[in-house]
Amino acid sequence: MAPEDLSALQEILLNDFQKDFPLSPTPYADIASRLGVTEAEVLDALRELNEAEIISRIGPVFRPHRIGTSTLVAMAVPKERLEDVANYISGLPEVNHNYEREHRFNLWFVVTATTEVHLQAVLTEIEKKTGIAVMSLPMLESYHIDLGFDLKFNNQ
Amino acid sequence: MIELTIDVDDRRIIQATQTGLPLTPCPYHTIAEQLGLSADEVMGRLQRMLESGIIRRIGAVPNHYALGFKMNGMTVWDVPDEQVDDLGQGVGQLDFVSHCYCRPRHLPQWPYNLFAMVHARTQSQVEEQIQQIAELLGDFNRGHRTLYSTRILKKTGLRIGK
Repeated sequence: MAPEDLSALQEILLNDFQKDFPLSPTPYADIASRLGVTEAEVLDALRELNEAEIISRIGPVFRPHRIGTSTLVAMAVPKERLEDVANYISGLPEVNHNYEREHRFNLWFVVTATTEVHLQAVLTEIEKKTGIAVMSLPMLESYHIDLGFDLKFNNQ
Repeated sequence: MIELTIDVDDRRIIQATQTGLPLTPCPYHTIAEQLGLSADEVMGRLQRMLESGIIRRIGAVPNHYALGFKMNGMTVWDVPDEQVDDLGQGVGQLDFVSHCYCRPRHLPQWPYNLFAMVHARTQSQVEEQIQQIAELLGDFNRGHRTLYSTRILKKTGLRIGK
């Protein structure tokens, strides 16, 4: 499913319901009545978005640092070892994002743990396993409250 | 003072909903049944976590990449420490910035203390956005880089274990 195949209802569900999803017994029916469609149409539209992986989910987005601790980690991995090291990092259960980026520091990932001690142990283990230093850049301050993101359907 | 602690049942609700709510007519009832709680209890606890900021929002989590936002740039800036909070607030309000953080420098190899993630459908849009950030920072901008992602190797929502 390509972005241009989205129905008008799907665009509205994607753009206008990134927050304030009803905390009511029948949230999908409530959304439907606001939009003047049926509950079944809303559920079908969302199922299709879900199956096509246009949305990763409908549900609560948790604020980092409230249910554990995390840090952004960068590593400068020699090109010939990147594939192996990246696979190893992605395989760690404590890692939830892992990106290759264009820079001498070419591997960037987020490590999340329930305690600071566990977090440090993971970083130490990564250095031991790979022999490559990690640069840990924990968040000191956040300047953005994530209330969703304008998908600009009218302005592509 | 807002209560920021979570108890065992909150944690169970987080675990049951972090991969998404069921697409059934009464999703909170479905979750409640799985956990042996009442639906009112589940909704009430989610409401409390929303009010205390443990939950930022409840809603659709779009996959920006699948929607054509293929350009994801991590822009990093070296700004004076005394100004970073003021400048960060400004950058964080730009509508194309999805995350904006202050992080520690690691001198000498990493002088940057302000991070802003930008997303767009094309490279030229990203470059325009970087220009807008640079204008906002003005003379406080002592150097910056944009690290484009060449590959997403892993991306899952925040998970907590059992």
